[in-house]
Amino acid sequence: MAVLRPADTTQLEEAVTAALAKDETLEILGGGSKRALGRPPRTDHVLDLGAFDGIVDYEPAELVLTARAATPMARLVAQLDARGQMLAFEPPDWRDLLGTGGEPTLGGTVACNLAGPRRVRAGAARDHFLGFSAVNGRGEEWKAGGRVVKNVTGYDMGKLQAGAYGTLSVLTELSVRVLPRPETTCSLVMQGLGDEAAVATLASALNSPHEVSAAAHLPAGAAARSKVAALSGGAATVLRLEGPRPSVDYRAAALQSLLGAGERLNDRNSSALWNEIGAVRALVGEGERVIWRLCPPPSTAPALLRRVEARLASAEGFYDWGGGLLWLALDERDAGPDGGATVVRAALGEAGHATLICAPEAVRAVGPVFQPAQPALAALARRVKAGFDPKAILNPGRMQQGM
Amino acid sequence: MLRMPMPDDAVLARRAAIVAGLREILPGEGVIDDELERRAYESDGLTAYRTLPMVVVLPETTADVVAILRYCNAAGVKVVPRGAGTSLSGGALPLEDGVLLGLGKFKRILEVDVANRCAVVQPGVTNLGITHAVQDAGFYYAPDPSSQIACTIGGNVAENSGGVHCLKYGLTTNNVIGIEMVTMAGEVVRLGGKHFDSGDYDLLGVMVGSEGLLGVVTEVTVRILPKPPGARALLIGFPTIEGAGECVAAVIGAGIIPGGMEMMDRLAAEAAEAFVHAGYPLDAEALLIVELDGCGAEVDHLIEAVETIAGRHGATTCRISRSEEERLLFWAGRKAAFPAVGRLSPDYYCMDGTIPRKRLGDVLARMKQMEALHGLRVANVFHAGDGNLHPLILYDANNPGELERAEEFGNDILRLCVEVGGVLTGEHGVGVEKRDLMDTMFDKVDLDQQQRLKCAFDPGNLLNPGKVFPQLCRCAELGRVHVHAGQTRFPDLPRF
Repeated sequence: MAVLRPADTTQLEEAVTAALAKDETLEILGGGSKRALGRPPRTDHVLDLGAFDGIVDYEPAELVLTARAATPMARLVAQLDARGQMLAFEPPDWRDLLGTGGEPTLGGTVACNLAGPRRVRAGAARDHFLGFSAVNGRGEEWKAGGRVVKNVTGYDMGKLQAGAYGTLSVLTELSVRVLPRPETTCSLVMQGLGDEAAVATLASALNSPHEVSAAAHLPAGAAARSKVAALSGGAATVLRLEGPRPSVDYRAAALQSLLGAGERLNDRNSSALWNEIGAVRALVGEGERVIWRLCPPPSTAPALLRRVEARLASAEGFYDWGGGLLWLALDERDAGPDGGATVVRAALGEAGHATLICAPEAVRAVGPVFQPAQPALAALARRVKAGFDPKAILNPGRMQQGM
Repeated sequence: MLRMPMPDDAVLARRAAIVAGLREILPGEGVIDDELERRAYESDGLTAYRTLPMVVVLPETTADVVAILRYCNAAGVKVVPRGAGTSLSGGALPLEDGVLLGLGKFKRILEVDVANRCAVVQPGVTNLGITHAVQDAGFYYAPDPSSQIACTIGGNVAENSGGVHCLKYGLTTNNVIGIEMVTMAGEVVRLGGKHFDSGDYDLLGVMVGSEGLLGVVTEVTVRILPKPPGARALLIGFPTIEGAGECVAAVIGAGIIPGGMEMMDRLAAEAAEAFVHAGYPLDAEALLIVELDGCGAEVDHLIEAVETIAGRHGATTCRISRSEEERLLFWAGRKAAFPAVGRLSPDYYCMDGTIPRKRLGDVLARMKQMEALHGLRVANVFHAGDGNLHPLILYDANNPGELERAEEFGNDILRLCVEVGGVLTGEHGVGVEKRDLMDTMFDKVDLDQQQRLKCAFDPGNLLNPGKVFPQLCRCAELGRVHVHAGQTRFPDLPRF
């Protein structure tokens, strides 16, 4: 095993071409903060992209930022912050969740299609990914998309790279859409609701014209682990409003009146709370647990959790995205050797998808970590993969066995 | 002039048998063989190009589509899918030796699911038809291409259509969450659903905007949004285009993303004013319409902020809508800009490049020089917020050579868009129109990579060939792996 550190795209092309010629496989590494995500990499070499670092172009008025793949998110976000802008998909920090160190990078964030609480309103990384350069599994540099916010020239190849976990190409440079940071933020907390009532309340808020930008429900256990004091009184249902101050004040009052409840959190508590939710703090550090990330149709999430609880007594979860994201934790022993996959996937059925985020390496190495596809779709995905990486040398097996 | 792939004589010779084979699948009126009736499908919104399709089929169910595609795939017959035929880039231009697959009978709203904020519809439902189906519940479907009365959601998925509100609310791709599609081999695949994101490769993301080359969409699940409580607009005149451009940048710089932000140059504004009498100032070189939507408190707050910014950037007039009627009147001229410009000239050719906004002044100045060079005038309509230009080239098709000059002019404009860091198409698609310009943006490796995606979906290259790519793909050749670095991997290949 060697660690290859290409200094530029030419060296990267050479490294991939050499691996291709020798039938050797490569693990693509940015900052390493999401190395424990997906099926464990078992490759001949590590391709360290550390040299691909730096903001290439950022003009706030154009709403576009271009940076190299291994640019640390922290630096990028600081630059945006200084100009009053943000990545609207609110990339979460999963280092505590995954038990990893290293710096999250732009390339890794997009390759894993991450999204935080604002996903419910503003979309995921995929929705803000405008264009890129990459090296495919043939060792060729290629590009797609552009550096403007509106573009339909050719297939939308960025959508495929976002969420492909580096199995289709090695991203080297990415352009993303950036947006103004809201002037004011306010969160409303309602306490003591059961899951069904809470998700229905989140739906009422999201279906109202009050432009809710985040909607989560923490059952009592999860709420108790929050560092935000206002959440200490049992189950907490939380909504976030953002925008100009007069608008936020008006909408907060309107929502309180619509829902007949809701205590306002101040700015600092509000941002602490949503960071906790994005980082899945409520389920971290509670002993030996496996953690699942489920995306069901939002209204079905409480019943889904009930179905899992009926089979696995240790099940504990909380809801984000109005129910569209259900985080689920199981005690390792209760979950069994497959990490609870049989129960979780049966409970979910065909509607939505489930990903095993945290589990011992042995569990992630054996069973499917990502949602298994129907045969026709699985065959199509295999042909798509072969079109980018015909000998499966880029992050092989990271998403599906044998791919 | 545009060249399409050479018709396959062997297929044309089997025409009668192919029609009979299709009639076995779709008895009755679902197969159109009569030449006069086929003429209705010979063109789409890019009317300069016409081709009589070999045969037209109008399936009614997914099972029909499966049977038709299986038959055509086995028989080696090309298929061109079509929605309402409003494409401005020739995406639904038929092939002489191809089956034209019309989805106009897929007209049903299957489900409105308020709890999950989505609607499940058939692909032949019109864009506006979705909003009509959900508006009683207080919702709407956000992307609003100007053809929204006629264009279908299936066509919107194929083209990744935009509209005047997409800066704030996104394109089709940000508002479609699931589809059912049929591959050329006749396999039914469901991508997405009522949930967020994909648990595997985001094939839905790449299907949207694939211009009918990857699969035939038979069902669409769209996200619906609560209707904003209100909206007001400003109508602002500027003595220079640059001033208007700087105002747009300043609005965004102030952290404001308007619901809509549209610019018209003097010629377009004059034409629109003569057509709808919206009260546009006629002494302005550039006219800006900025619409703010949301709750009253937000709209009032932002209207004031934009008015101040406009004043600071040299606006000579600034009207603020005081009623819903007045807001709609501001928009009436913009929405009628294409037909209004059509009154200045027997024909016009609508372009669709996107540029970085800061280059607007240069690009319009260069366009002025090109007007002299090509001997044709241009009126400009501009989605100012996102840099998407719609230059309308005025010409008269009855004058020999003028269409060709208009096309050459259009190509020069698009090359200019790419040269300044922009792209060939912001929302109309590549189709046949911009196909031969793809190599101004992409090199051969880029295009081969896109073609390999096509091969994964349609290895026989039977679905809508001749669109988007300047050469037909050869999947066997593209699939080979060259492992020796340093060789010439890509000898020049002839175009069709």
